[in-house]
Amino acid sequence: MARLTIWRSEGYGGASVRAQSATNQQSLNRDRRATALRTIGDVAQFVTSKNAGPFLLTLDVVFPDEATYRTFKSLRALDRHVIAGLYGIPETDVLKIIEFDPAYAVKITMRRPLGSGALGETDVYGAQQHVPLMLHEIDWPEVR
Amino acid sequence: MASTARTRDRMTVLAPEGMLGYGIPVRSMQEGLARDPDVLAVDAGSTDPGPYYLGAGVPYTSRRAVKRDLAMMLEAAHERGIPVLIGSAGGGGGRPHLEWLVEVYREICREHGYRFCTATIQAEVDKRWLKAKVAQEQVTPLDVPDALTGEAIDAATRIVAQMGDEPFQKALDLGAEVVIAGRACDASVIAALPIRAGFDRALAIHMGKILECGGAAAYPRHGSDSLLGVIDHDSFTVEPPNPEKICSVASVAAHSLYERSDPYRLALPGGAIDLHGTTFEQATPRSVRVRGTRFVPAPYTFKLEGVRRAGYRTISVAGTRDPILISQIDAYLENVRARVSDVYGTEGYRLLFHVYGRDGVMGALETAKEIRSHELGLVIEVVADDPETSAAILALSRSAALHSTYPGRKAIAGNLAFPFSPSDLKAGEAFEFIVHHLVEVADPLELFPVELIDL
Repeated sequence: MARLTIWRSEGYGGASVRAQSATNQQSLNRDRRATALRTIGDVAQFVTSKNAGPFLLTLDVVFPDEATYRTFKSLRALDRHVIAGLYGIPETDVLKIIEFDPAYAVKITMRRPLGSGALGETDVYGAQQHVPLMLHEIDWPEVR
Repeated sequence: MASTARTRDRMTVLAPEGMLGYGIPVRSMQEGLARDPDVLAVDAGSTDPGPYYLGAGVPYTSRRAVKRDLAMMLEAAHERGIPVLIGSAGGGGGRPHLEWLVEVYREICREHGYRFCTATIQAEVDKRWLKAKVAQEQVTPLDVPDALTGEAIDAATRIVAQMGDEPFQKALDLGAEVVIAGRACDASVIAALPIRAGFDRALAIHMGKILECGGAAAYPRHGSDSLLGVIDHDSFTVEPPNPEKICSVASVAAHSLYERSDPYRLALPGGAIDLHGTTFEQATPRSVRVRGTRFVPAPYTFKLEGVRRAGYRTISVAGTRDPILISQIDAYLENVRARVSDVYGTEGYRLLFHVYGRDGVMGALETAKEIRSHELGLVIEVVADDPETSAAILALSRSAALHSTYPGRKAIAGNLAFPFSPSDLKAGEAFEFIVHHLVEVADPLELFPVELIDL
Protein backbone atom coordinates (compact mmCIF):
# COMPACT_ATOMS: atom_id res chain seq x y z
CA MET A 1 0.00 0.00 0.00
CA ALA A 2 1.19 3.49 -0.78
CA ARG A 3 2.28 5.41 2.24
CA LEU A 4 0.52 8.68 2.77
CA THR A 5 2.93 11.56 3.05
CA ILE A 6 0.69 14.53 3.67
CA TRP A 7 2.87 16.37 6.11
CA ARG A 8 1.32 18.75 8.53
CA SER A 9 3.78 21.24 9.88
CA GLU A 10 2.81 23.13 12.98
CA GLY A 11 0.81 26.25 12.41
CA TYR A 12 -1.77 24.72 10.15
CA GLY A 13 -1.87 21.24 11.66
CA GLY A 14 -3.63 19.35 14.43
CA ALA A 15 -5.54 20.84 17.32
CA SER A 16 -2.78 20.15 19.83
CA VAL A 17 -0.41 22.58 18.17
CA ARG A 18 -2.97 25.07 16.96
CA ALA A 19 -3.43 26.39 20.48
CA GLN A 20 0.11 27.71 20.70
CA SER A 21 0.89 28.34 17.06
CA ALA A 22 0.18 32.04 16.90
CA THR A 23 2.09 32.99 20.01
CA ASN A 24 5.64 31.88 19.43
CA GLN A 25 6.60 31.19 15.87
CA GLN A 26 10.29 31.14 16.72
CA SER A 27 10.00 28.34 19.25
CA LEU A 28 7.83 26.39 16.86
CA ASN A 29 10.53 26.62 14.24
CA ARG A 30 13.03 25.17 16.70
CA ASP A 31 10.63 22.34 17.58
CA ARG A 32 10.73 20.13 14.51
CA ARG A 33 7.93 17.84 15.73
CA ALA A 34 4.94 17.56 13.46
CA THR A 35 2.14 15.18 12.74
CA ALA A 36 1.45 13.44 9.48
CA LEU A 37 -1.73 11.78 8.32
CA ARG A 38 -0.93 8.10 8.30
CA THR A 39 -3.19 5.14 7.85
CA ILE A 40 -3.30 2.40 10.46
CA GLY A 41 -1.96 0.12 7.73
CA ASP A 42 1.07 2.40 7.39
CA VAL A 43 2.07 2.12 11.03
CA ALA A 44 0.96 -1.43 11.86
CA GLN A 45 2.71 -4.66 10.98
CA PHE A 46 -0.54 -6.60 10.52
CA VAL A 47 -4.18 -5.64 10.22
CA THR A 48 -6.44 -8.69 10.07
CA SER A 49 -10.05 -9.73 10.38
CA LYS A 50 -11.43 -13.16 11.18
CA ASN A 51 -14.42 -14.83 12.74
CA ALA A 52 -14.34 -15.37 16.48
CA GLY A 53 -17.00 -18.03 16.41
CA PRO A 54 -19.88 -17.90 13.89
CA PHE A 55 -21.45 -14.70 15.25
CA LEU A 56 -18.51 -12.40 15.98
CA LEU A 57 -15.90 -10.72 13.84
CA THR A 58 -12.57 -9.80 15.37
CA LEU A 59 -10.07 -7.29 13.98
CA ASP A 60 -6.45 -7.35 15.10
CA VAL A 61 -3.96 -4.54 14.68
CA VAL A 62 -0.44 -5.71 15.53
CA PHE A 63 2.34 -3.12 15.74
CA PRO A 64 5.96 -3.86 14.80
CA ASP A 65 7.52 -2.72 18.07
CA GLU A 66 6.73 -1.41 21.52
CA ALA A 67 7.40 2.24 20.64
CA THR A 68 4.93 2.25 17.77
CA TYR A 69 2.39 0.45 19.92
CA ARG A 70 2.80 2.93 22.80
CA THR A 71 2.47 5.85 20.39
CA PHE A 72 -0.70 4.39 18.93
CA LYS A 73 -2.17 3.80 22.39
CA SER A 74 -1.36 7.36 23.44
CA LEU A 75 -3.30 8.77 20.48
CA ARG A 76 -6.53 7.08 21.62
CA ALA A 77 -7.47 6.93 17.96
CA LEU A 78 -9.97 4.09 18.15
CA ASP A 79 -13.17 3.96 20.10
CA ARG A 80 -16.62 2.51 19.54
CA HIS A 81 -17.75 5.59 17.65
CA VAL A 82 -14.86 5.47 15.20
CA ILE A 83 -15.21 1.74 14.54
CA ALA A 84 -18.97 2.01 14.12
CA GLY A 85 -18.42 4.76 11.56
CA LEU A 86 -15.82 2.77 9.63
CA TYR A 87 -18.19 -0.17 9.23
CA GLY A 88 -21.55 1.56 9.17
CA ILE A 89 -22.84 -0.31 12.20
CA PRO A 90 -24.44 0.78 15.48
CA GLU A 91 -21.97 1.48 18.28
CA THR A 92 -23.68 -1.22 20.34
CA ASP A 93 -22.43 -3.80 17.81
CA VAL A 94 -18.83 -2.89 18.64
CA LEU A 95 -18.42 -5.17 21.63
CA LYS A 96 -14.81 -4.80 22.74
CA ILE A 97 -11.70 -2.79 22.04
CA ILE A 98 -8.82 -4.38 23.92
CA GLU A 99 -5.19 -3.34 24.09
CA PHE A 100 -3.03 -6.45 24.43
CA ASP A 101 0.43 -5.41 25.57
CA PRO A 102 2.20 -8.78 25.21
CA ALA A 103 1.63 -8.75 21.43
CA TYR A 104 1.76 -4.95 20.91
CA ALA A 105 -1.72 -5.36 19.55
CA VAL A 106 -5.18 -3.87 19.65
CA LYS A 107 -8.16 -6.15 19.17
CA ILE A 108 -11.62 -5.03 18.17
CA THR A 109 -14.52 -7.44 18.37
CA MET A 110 -17.87 -6.71 16.76
CA ARG A 111 -21.07 -8.53 15.94
CA ARG A 112 -21.27 -9.99 12.46
CA PRO A 113 -24.17 -8.60 10.42
CA LEU A 114 -25.20 -12.23 9.85
CA GLY A 115 -24.17 -15.53 11.36
CA SER A 116 -21.34 -17.08 9.35
CA GLY A 117 -22.72 -18.67 6.17
CA ALA A 118 -26.30 -17.43 6.68
CA LEU A 119 -28.23 -16.39 3.56
CA GLY A 120 -26.73 -13.12 2.35
CA GLU A 121 -23.25 -13.95 3.63
CA THR A 122 -20.33 -12.44 1.75
CA ASP A 123 -17.35 -13.68 3.76
CA VAL A 124 -17.77 -17.00 5.57
CA TYR A 125 -14.38 -16.80 7.31
CA GLY A 126 -14.57 -13.06 7.90
CA ALA A 127 -11.04 -12.77 6.58
CA GLN A 128 -11.55 -9.78 4.24
CA GLN A 129 -13.22 -7.21 6.48
CA HIS A 130 -10.04 -5.45 7.57
CA VAL A 131 -9.73 -2.75 4.92
CA PRO A 132 -11.76 0.14 6.43
CA LEU A 133 -9.65 -0.19 9.59
CA MET A 134 -6.41 -0.54 7.63
CA LEU A 135 -7.12 2.62 5.61
CA HIS A 136 -8.32 4.67 8.58
CA GLU A 137 -6.22 7.82 8.84
CA ILE A 138 -4.79 9.11 12.07
CA ASP A 139 -2.62 12.08 13.03
CA TRP A 140 0.72 10.39 13.62
CA PRO A 141 3.48 12.24 15.43
CA GLU A 142 6.68 12.43 13.41
CA VAL A 143 10.13 13.86 14.01
CA ARG A 144 11.33 15.52 10.84
CA MET B 1 8.63 -44.50 25.33
CA ALA B 2 8.61 -41.89 28.08
CA SER B 3 9.54 -43.03 31.53
CA THR B 4 7.17 -42.37 34.40
CA ALA B 5 9.71 -40.26 36.26
CA ARG B 6 10.26 -38.01 33.27
CA THR B 7 6.54 -37.73 32.68
CA ARG B 8 6.06 -36.43 36.21
CA ASP B 9 8.66 -33.73 35.69
CA ARG B 10 7.61 -32.56 32.32
CA MET B 11 5.55 -33.75 29.44
CA THR B 12 5.96 -33.24 25.72
CA VAL B 13 3.01 -32.91 23.38
CA LEU B 14 3.42 -32.95 19.63
CA ALA B 15 0.66 -31.38 17.58
CA PRO B 16 1.63 -32.59 14.09
CA GLU B 17 -0.62 -30.02 12.42
CA GLY B 18 -3.37 -27.53 13.11
CA MET B 19 -6.04 -29.49 11.32
CA LEU B 20 -6.08 -33.19 10.53
CA GLY B 21 -5.81 -33.51 6.77
CA TYR B 22 -4.01 -30.24 6.03
CA GLY B 23 -0.81 -32.19 5.26
CA ILE B 24 1.77 -32.93 7.98
CA PRO B 25 5.22 -31.91 6.70
CA VAL B 26 7.43 -35.03 6.81
CA ARG B 27 10.49 -33.23 8.12
CA SER B 28 8.54 -31.55 10.92
CA MET B 29 7.06 -34.88 11.97
CA GLN B 30 10.51 -36.51 12.06
CA GLU B 31 12.05 -33.65 14.04
CA GLY B 32 9.07 -33.60 16.39
CA LEU B 33 9.27 -37.33 17.05
CA ALA B 34 13.00 -37.00 17.69
CA ARG B 35 12.01 -34.94 20.74
CA ASP B 36 10.36 -38.02 22.21
CA PRO B 37 6.79 -36.73 22.66
CA ASP B 38 4.49 -38.35 25.21
CA VAL B 39 1.40 -37.92 23.06
CA LEU B 40 0.29 -36.90 19.59
CA ALA B 41 -2.76 -34.69 19.71
CA VAL B 42 -4.60 -32.97 16.91
CA ASP B 43 -7.70 -30.94 16.41
CA ALA B 44 -9.72 -31.94 13.36
CA GLY B 45 -12.55 -29.43 13.32
CA SER B 46 -13.89 -25.90 13.46
CA THR B 47 -16.99 -23.86 12.76
CA ASP B 48 -14.86 -21.67 10.54
CA PRO B 49 -15.83 -23.12 7.15
CA GLY B 50 -19.42 -22.27 7.94
CA PRO B 51 -22.59 -24.20 8.75
CA TYR B 52 -22.75 -26.53 5.74
CA TYR B 53 -20.38 -29.23 6.91
CA LEU B 54 -22.02 -29.70 10.28
CA GLY B 55 -25.45 -29.77 8.67
CA ALA B 56 -24.68 -32.04 5.75
CA GLY B 57 -22.65 -34.41 7.94
CA VAL B 58 -19.63 -34.29 5.66
CA PRO B 59 -15.98 -33.42 6.28
CA TYR B 60 -14.33 -30.38 4.74
CA THR B 61 -10.98 -32.08 4.43
CA SER B 62 -10.28 -34.67 1.76
CA ARG B 63 -10.38 -38.35 2.69
CA ARG B 64 -7.06 -38.99 1.01
CA ALA B 65 -5.32 -36.19 2.92
CA VAL B 66 -6.84 -37.24 6.23
CA LYS B 67 -5.85 -40.86 5.67
CA ARG B 68 -2.29 -39.85 4.84
CA ASP B 69 -1.91 -37.66 7.95
CA LEU B 70 -3.63 -40.11 10.28
CA ALA B 71 -1.47 -42.96 8.96
CA MET B 72 1.66 -40.93 9.74
CA MET B 73 0.45 -40.39 13.31
CA LEU B 74 -0.55 -44.02 13.81
CA GLU B 75 2.78 -45.28 12.51
CA ALA B 76 4.55 -43.13 15.10
CA ALA B 77 2.15 -44.25 17.83
CA HIS B 78 2.70 -47.89 16.89
CA GLU B 79 6.50 -47.59 16.93
CA ARG B 80 6.69 -45.57 20.12
CA GLY B 81 3.75 -46.77 22.15
CA ILE B 82 2.40 -43.26 22.67
CA PRO B 83 -1.27 -42.31 22.55
CA VAL B 84 -3.01 -40.44 19.76
CA LEU B 85 -5.83 -38.05 20.64
CA ILE B 86 -8.09 -36.57 17.97
CA GLY B 87 -10.83 -34.03 18.64
CA SER B 88 -13.67 -32.73 16.46
CA ALA B 89 -13.50 -35.70 14.10
CA GLY B 90 -14.52 -35.04 10.53
CA GLY B 91 -14.63 -31.27 11.09
CA GLY B 92 -18.13 -30.81 12.45
CA GLY B 93 -17.71 -33.45 15.15
CA GLY B 94 -21.22 -34.88 14.77
CA ARG B 95 -22.16 -38.54 14.50
CA PRO B 96 -21.62 -38.94 10.72
CA HIS B 97 -18.31 -37.04 10.97
CA LEU B 98 -17.07 -39.34 13.70
CA GLU B 99 -18.20 -42.44 11.82
CA TRP B 100 -16.44 -41.18 8.70
CA LEU B 101 -13.12 -40.74 10.50
CA VAL B 102 -13.44 -44.08 12.32
CA GLU B 103 -13.95 -45.77 8.94
CA VAL B 104 -10.75 -44.14 7.61
CA TYR B 105 -8.98 -45.17 10.81
CA ARG B 106 -10.15 -48.79 10.55
CA GLU B 107 -8.90 -48.95 6.98
CA ILE B 108 -5.42 -47.80 8.03
CA CYS B 109 -5.36 -50.28 10.90
CA ARG B 110 -6.41 -53.12 8.57
CA GLU B 111 -3.75 -52.22 6.03
CA HIS B 112 -0.98 -52.05 8.63
CA GLY B 113 -2.17 -54.71 11.05
CA TYR B 114 -2.45 -52.23 13.94
CA ARG B 115 -4.31 -53.38 17.04
CA PHE B 116 -4.65 -50.24 19.13
CA CYS B 117 -7.06 -50.16 22.03
CA THR B 118 -9.45 -47.58 20.55
CA ALA B 119 -12.06 -45.34 22.10
CA THR B 120 -14.61 -43.14 20.36
CA ILE B 121 -16.54 -40.33 22.00
CA GLN B 122 -19.80 -39.11 20.50
CA ALA B 123 -20.64 -35.41 20.79
CA GLU B 124 -23.99 -35.12 19.08
CA VAL B 125 -26.72 -33.72 21.32
CA ASP B 126 -29.92 -35.62 21.98
CA LYS B 127 -32.79 -33.21 21.31
CA ARG B 128 -34.96 -34.45 24.18
CA TRP B 129 -32.08 -33.96 26.62
CA LEU B 130 -31.56 -30.43 25.34
CA LYS B 131 -35.27 -29.55 25.53
CA ALA B 132 -35.26 -30.65 29.15
CA LYS B 133 -32.28 -28.37 29.76
CA VAL B 134 -34.17 -25.49 28.11
CA ALA B 135 -37.16 -26.22 30.35
CA GLN B 136 -34.85 -26.13 33.38
CA GLU B 137 -33.51 -22.75 32.21
CA GLN B 138 -29.98 -24.08 31.95
CA VAL B 139 -29.35 -22.85 28.40
CA THR B 140 -28.09 -19.33 27.70
CA PRO B 141 -27.26 -17.59 24.38
CA LEU B 142 -23.63 -17.10 23.38
CA ASP B 143 -23.03 -14.13 21.02
CA VAL B 144 -26.59 -14.50 19.68
CA PRO B 145 -29.60 -12.45 20.73
CA ASP B 146 -32.19 -15.17 21.16
CA ALA B 147 -32.80 -17.73 23.86
CA LEU B 148 -32.95 -21.31 22.62
CA THR B 149 -36.47 -22.63 22.10
CA GLY B 150 -37.99 -26.06 21.60
CA GLU B 151 -38.98 -25.00 18.06
CA ALA B 152 -35.39 -24.11 17.21
CA ILE B 153 -34.22 -27.45 18.58
CA ASP B 154 -36.82 -29.24 16.44
CA ALA B 155 -35.79 -27.23 13.38
CA ALA B 156 -32.11 -28.03 13.85
CA THR B 157 -30.58 -30.56 11.48
CA ARG B 158 -27.77 -31.35 13.88
CA ILE B 159 -26.54 -30.03 17.22
CA VAL B 160 -23.18 -30.86 18.75
CA ALA B 161 -21.61 -29.92 22.06
CA GLN B 162 -17.94 -29.23 22.71
CA MET B 163 -16.49 -31.63 25.25
CA GLY B 164 -13.72 -30.68 27.65
CA ASP B 165 -10.72 -32.78 28.58
CA GLU B 166 -12.62 -35.09 30.94
CA PRO B 167 -14.03 -37.52 28.33
CA PHE B 168 -10.51 -37.94 26.89
CA GLN B 169 -9.23 -38.74 30.36
CA LYS B 170 -11.95 -41.30 30.85
CA ALA B 171 -11.02 -42.93 27.54
CA LEU B 172 -7.37 -43.05 28.64
CA ASP B 173 -8.46 -44.50 31.99
CA LEU B 174 -10.19 -47.28 30.06
CA GLY B 175 -6.86 -48.07 28.43
CA ALA B 176 -7.40 -46.37 25.10
CA GLU B 177 -4.26 -45.83 23.02
CA VAL B 178 -6.16 -44.01 20.29
CA VAL B 179 -9.07 -41.70 21.09
CA ILE B 180 -11.25 -40.38 18.28
CA ALA B 181 -13.71 -37.83 19.59
CA GLY B 182 -16.55 -35.84 18.15
CA ARG B 183 -16.78 -32.08 18.70
CA ALA B 184 -14.29 -31.08 21.37
CA CYS B 185 -12.85 -27.86 22.70
CA ASP B 186 -9.65 -27.70 20.66
CA ALA B 187 -7.38 -26.82 23.60
CA SER B 188 -8.80 -29.67 25.69
CA VAL B 189 -7.67 -32.34 23.22
CA ILE B 190 -4.07 -31.26 23.64
CA ALA B 191 -4.34 -30.53 27.37
CA ALA B 192 -6.01 -33.83 28.29
CA LEU B 193 -2.90 -35.93 28.90
CA PRO B 194 -0.94 -33.23 30.80
CA ILE B 195 -3.95 -32.52 33.03
CA ARG B 196 -4.40 -36.23 33.68
CA ALA B 197 -0.72 -36.45 34.64
CA GLY B 198 -1.20 -33.71 37.24
CA PHE B 199 0.10 -30.65 35.42
CA ASP B 200 -1.48 -27.27 36.03
CA ARG B 201 -4.80 -26.97 34.27
CA ALA B 202 -4.32 -23.34 33.22
CA LEU B 203 -0.88 -23.96 31.71
CA ALA B 204 -2.02 -27.16 30.01
CA ILE B 205 -5.05 -25.44 28.49
CA HIS B 206 -3.02 -22.42 27.42
CA MET B 207 -0.45 -24.70 25.80
CA GLY B 208 -3.31 -26.56 24.16
CA LYS B 209 -4.74 -23.34 22.81
CA ILE B 210 -1.42 -22.48 21.17
CA LEU B 211 -0.77 -25.98 19.86
CA GLU B 212 -4.25 -26.53 18.45
CA CYS B 213 -3.36 -24.39 15.43
CA GLY B 214 -0.15 -26.36 14.92
CA GLY B 215 2.64 -24.25 13.47
CA ALA B 216 0.48 -21.11 13.26
CA ALA B 217 2.21 -19.71 16.36
CA ALA B 218 5.61 -19.87 14.63
CA TYR B 219 7.11 -17.55 12.03
CA PRO B 220 7.26 -17.54 9.08
CA ARG B 221 3.61 -18.33 9.22
CA HIS B 222 2.81 -20.22 6.07
CA GLY B 223 1.51 -23.67 5.35
CA SER B 224 0.29 -26.25 7.79
CA ASP B 225 2.97 -27.29 10.24
CA SER B 226 3.72 -28.93 13.58
CA LEU B 227 4.31 -27.49 17.02
CA LEU B 228 5.88 -29.01 20.12
CA GLY B 229 4.79 -28.10 23.62
CA VAL B 230 6.76 -29.07 26.73
CA ILE B 231 5.03 -28.50 30.04
CA ASP B 232 6.60 -28.58 33.49
CA HIS B 233 5.18 -27.54 36.82
CA ASP B 234 5.34 -23.78 36.52
CA SER B 235 5.66 -23.08 32.80
CA PHE B 236 5.52 -24.47 29.34
CA THR B 237 7.54 -23.89 26.20
CA VAL B 238 6.47 -24.05 22.58
CA GLU B 239 8.79 -24.67 19.68
CA PRO B 240 8.37 -25.56 16.01
CA PRO B 241 10.06 -28.82 15.04
CA ASN B 242 10.53 -27.38 11.54
CA PRO B 243 14.11 -26.05 11.71
CA GLU B 244 13.27 -23.27 9.28
CA LYS B 245 10.76 -21.70 11.66
CA ILE B 246 11.00 -20.11 15.07
CA CYS B 247 8.66 -19.23 17.90
CA SER B 248 9.26 -15.66 19.02
CA VAL B 249 7.59 -13.79 21.85
CA ALA B 250 5.76 -11.82 19.16
CA SER B 251 4.59 -14.89 17.24
CA VAL B 252 3.31 -16.67 20.35
CA ALA B 253 1.76 -13.62 21.98
CA ALA B 254 0.09 -12.65 18.72
CA HIS B 255 -1.43 -16.10 18.46
CA SER B 256 -3.42 -15.29 21.62
CA LEU B 257 -5.42 -12.95 19.40
CA TYR B 258 -6.30 -15.46 16.75
CA GLU B 259 -10.00 -16.19 16.19
CA ARG B 260 -10.80 -15.04 19.71
CA SER B 261 -12.93 -12.19 20.93
CA ASP B 262 -10.69 -11.44 23.93
CA PRO B 263 -6.97 -12.24 24.16
CA TYR B 264 -6.94 -12.04 27.98
CA ARG B 265 -9.68 -14.53 28.59
CA LEU B 266 -10.51 -17.83 26.96
CA ALA B 267 -13.66 -19.58 28.13
CA LEU B 268 -13.76 -23.35 28.24
CA PRO B 269 -15.96 -26.00 29.74
CA GLY B 270 -15.69 -25.47 33.51
CA GLY B 271 -14.00 -22.09 33.54
CA ALA B 272 -11.68 -19.78 31.70
CA ILE B 273 -7.97 -19.16 31.42
CA ASP B 274 -6.91 -15.63 32.30
CA LEU B 275 -3.82 -14.16 30.62
CA HIS B 276 -3.54 -10.91 32.60
CA GLY B 277 -0.54 -12.25 34.51
CA THR B 278 0.95 -14.25 31.66
CA THR B 279 4.55 -13.66 30.65
CA PHE B 280 6.15 -14.72 27.37
CA GLU B 281 9.91 -15.10 27.39
CA GLN B 282 12.35 -16.13 24.66
CA ALA B 283 13.72 -19.34 26.20
CA THR B 284 15.99 -20.30 23.30
CA PRO B 285 16.35 -18.65 19.90
CA ARG B 286 13.56 -20.93 18.66
CA SER B 287 11.32 -21.47 21.69
CA VAL B 288 9.17 -19.36 23.95
CA ARG B 289 8.45 -20.00 27.62
CA VAL B 290 5.02 -19.08 28.98
CA ARG B 291 4.23 -18.56 32.66
CA GLY B 292 1.60 -17.10 34.90
CA THR B 293 -1.64 -18.06 33.15
CA ARG B 294 -4.42 -18.59 35.70
CA PHE B 295 -7.52 -20.76 35.66
CA VAL B 296 -10.75 -19.14 36.81
CA PRO B 297 -13.36 -21.79 37.57
CA ALA B 298 -16.95 -21.26 36.48
CA PRO B 299 -20.09 -23.39 36.44
CA TYR B 300 -19.52 -26.29 34.07
CA THR B 301 -21.00 -25.58 30.63
CA PHE B 302 -20.84 -27.11 27.19
CA LYS B 303 -20.86 -24.88 24.13
CA LEU B 304 -23.56 -25.97 21.71
CA GLU B 305 -23.37 -25.54 17.95
CA GLY B 306 -26.35 -26.31 15.77
CA VAL B 307 -27.53 -25.65 12.26
CA ARG B 308 -30.73 -25.89 10.32
CA ARG B 309 -31.30 -26.32 6.64
CA ALA B 310 -32.23 -23.00 5.09
CA GLY B 311 -33.11 -24.60 1.75
CA TYR B 312 -31.48 -25.64 -1.51
CA ARG B 313 -29.10 -23.32 -3.29
CA THR B 314 -28.58 -22.77 -7.01
CA ILE B 315 -26.11 -20.17 -8.30
CA SER B 316 -25.00 -18.62 -11.54
CA VAL B 317 -21.74 -16.73 -12.07
CA ALA B 318 -21.51 -13.89 -14.59
CA GLY B 319 -19.95 -10.51 -15.23
CA THR B 320 -20.46 -7.26 -17.07
CA ARG B 321 -17.96 -4.92 -18.74
CA ASP B 322 -20.56 -2.41 -19.92
CA PRO B 323 -20.21 1.05 -18.33
CA ILE B 324 -23.80 1.98 -19.16
CA LEU B 325 -25.06 -1.02 -17.22
CA ILE B 326 -22.53 -0.59 -14.41
CA SER B 327 -23.69 3.00 -13.90
CA GLN B 328 -27.20 1.79 -13.09
CA ILE B 329 -26.50 -1.66 -11.64
CA ASP B 330 -28.81 -1.29 -8.64
CA ALA B 331 -31.88 -0.34 -10.68
CA TYR B 332 -31.12 -3.05 -13.23
CA LEU B 333 -30.97 -5.73 -10.52
CA GLU B 334 -34.22 -4.50 -9.02
CA ASN B 335 -35.79 -4.94 -12.45
CA VAL B 336 -34.55 -8.52 -12.56
CA ARG B 337 -36.00 -9.09 -9.11
CA ALA B 338 -39.33 -7.62 -10.19
CA ARG B 339 -39.43 -9.87 -13.25
CA VAL B 340 -38.86 -12.92 -11.03
CA SER B 341 -41.48 -11.94 -8.45
CA ASP B 342 -43.94 -11.34 -11.29
CA VAL B 343 -43.73 -15.07 -12.06
CA TYR B 344 -42.96 -16.65 -8.68
CA GLY B 345 -44.24 -14.12 -6.15
CA THR B 346 -42.03 -12.99 -3.30
CA GLU B 347 -42.51 -15.81 -0.82
CA GLY B 348 -40.87 -19.20 -0.41
CA TYR B 349 -37.49 -18.34 -1.84
CA ARG B 350 -34.59 -15.90 -1.48
CA LEU B 351 -32.99 -14.25 -4.49
CA LEU B 352 -29.62 -12.68 -3.73
CA PHE B 353 -27.21 -10.78 -5.95
CA HIS B 354 -23.53 -10.77 -5.01
CA VAL B 355 -22.03 -7.86 -6.93
CA TYR B 356 -18.23 -8.01 -6.99
CA GLY B 357 -16.83 -4.58 -7.66
CA ARG B 358 -19.64 -2.99 -5.62
CA ASP B 359 -20.00 -4.72 -2.23
CA GLY B 360 -19.47 -8.41 -2.97
CA VAL B 361 -16.82 -8.79 -0.28
CA MET B 362 -18.16 -6.68 2.57
CA GLY B 363 -21.92 -6.64 1.99
CA ALA B 364 -23.66 -4.83 4.83
CA LEU B 365 -20.31 -3.62 6.23
CA GLU B 366 -19.32 -1.85 2.99
CA THR B 367 -19.33 1.93 3.34
CA ALA B 368 -17.72 2.80 -0.02
CA LYS B 369 -20.65 3.70 -2.24
CA GLU B 370 -18.90 4.64 -5.46
CA ILE B 371 -18.20 1.92 -8.04
CA ARG B 372 -14.79 2.48 -9.62
CA SER B 373 -14.32 -0.81 -11.43
CA HIS B 374 -14.47 -1.19 -15.20
CA GLU B 375 -16.15 -4.55 -14.76
CA LEU B 376 -18.45 -6.12 -12.19
CA GLY B 377 -18.74 -9.75 -11.17
CA LEU B 378 -22.19 -11.06 -10.43
CA VAL B 379 -23.19 -14.18 -8.55
CA ILE B 380 -26.92 -14.78 -8.71
CA GLU B 381 -28.07 -16.98 -5.84
CA VAL B 382 -31.44 -18.58 -5.17
CA VAL B 383 -32.31 -20.55 -2.06
CA ALA B 384 -35.66 -22.29 -1.97
CA ASP B 385 -37.33 -25.10 -0.05
CA ASP B 386 -36.72 -27.77 -2.67
CA PRO B 387 -34.05 -28.20 -5.36
CA GLU B 388 -36.47 -27.98 -8.32
CA THR B 389 -37.97 -24.67 -7.21
CA SER B 390 -34.51 -23.32 -6.53
CA ALA B 391 -33.30 -24.29 -10.02
CA ALA B 392 -36.42 -22.93 -11.71
CA ILE B 393 -36.23 -19.52 -10.02
CA LEU B 394 -32.51 -19.29 -10.65
CA ALA B 395 -33.07 -20.10 -14.35
CA LEU B 396 -35.56 -17.27 -14.67
CA SER B 397 -33.33 -14.89 -12.71
CA ARG B 398 -30.38 -15.71 -14.94
CA SER B 399 -32.31 -15.25 -18.19
CA ALA B 400 -33.92 -12.06 -16.92
CA ALA B 401 -30.49 -10.75 -15.94
CA LEU B 402 -29.16 -11.61 -19.40
CA HIS B 403 -31.98 -10.02 -21.35
CA SER B 404 -33.55 -7.24 -19.23
CA THR B 405 -33.37 -3.88 -20.83
CA TYR B 406 -32.27 -0.67 -19.13
CA PRO B 407 -32.12 3.00 -20.16
CA GLY B 408 -29.47 3.70 -22.79
CA ARG B 409 -28.79 0.03 -23.50
CA LYS B 410 -26.61 -0.55 -26.56
CA ALA B 411 -25.76 -4.23 -26.06
CA ILE B 412 -29.19 -5.60 -26.87
CA ALA B 413 -27.91 -9.15 -27.52
CA GLY B 414 -27.10 -9.80 -23.85
CA ASN B 415 -26.11 -8.04 -20.64
CA LEU B 416 -23.77 -10.57 -19.09
CA ALA B 417 -20.73 -12.72 -19.78
CA PHE B 418 -21.06 -16.26 -18.41
CA PRO B 419 -17.83 -18.20 -17.88
CA PHE B 420 -19.48 -21.63 -17.61
CA SER B 421 -21.82 -23.88 -19.49
CA PRO B 422 -23.99 -24.97 -17.79
CA SER B 423 -24.48 -21.53 -16.34
CA ASP B 424 -26.64 -22.72 -13.45
CA LEU B 425 -24.87 -24.65 -10.71
CA LYS B 426 -26.66 -26.67 -8.07
CA ALA B 427 -24.92 -25.96 -4.76
CA GLY B 428 -27.01 -28.43 -2.76
CA GLU B 429 -28.28 -27.81 0.72
CA ALA B 430 -27.75 -24.45 2.38
CA PHE B 431 -27.50 -24.35 6.16
CA GLU B 432 -27.35 -21.66 8.80
CA PHE B 433 -26.24 -21.61 12.42
CA ILE B 434 -29.22 -21.30 14.74
CA VAL B 435 -27.76 -22.76 17.92
CA HIS B 436 -24.79 -21.09 19.60
CA HIS B 437 -25.55 -21.41 23.27
CA LEU B 438 -24.13 -22.64 26.55
CA VAL B 439 -25.77 -25.43 28.50
CA GLU B 440 -25.07 -25.93 32.18
CA VAL B 441 -24.35 -29.48 33.25
CA ALA B 442 -23.55 -31.24 36.51
CA ASP B 443 -21.17 -33.78 35.02
CA PRO B 444 -18.46 -33.14 32.37
CA LEU B 445 -19.23 -36.62 31.01
CA GLU B 446 -22.98 -36.07 30.89
CA LEU B 447 -23.33 -35.94 27.12
CA PHE B 448 -20.31 -37.80 25.82
CA PRO B 449 -20.45 -41.61 25.79
CA VAL B 450 -16.94 -43.09 25.74
CA GLU B 451 -16.93 -46.42 23.93
CA LEU B 452 -14.16 -48.89 23.30
CA ILE B 453 -14.57 -50.19 19.77
CA ASP B 454 -13.37 -53.27 17.93
CA LEU B 455 -11.22 -52.82 14.88
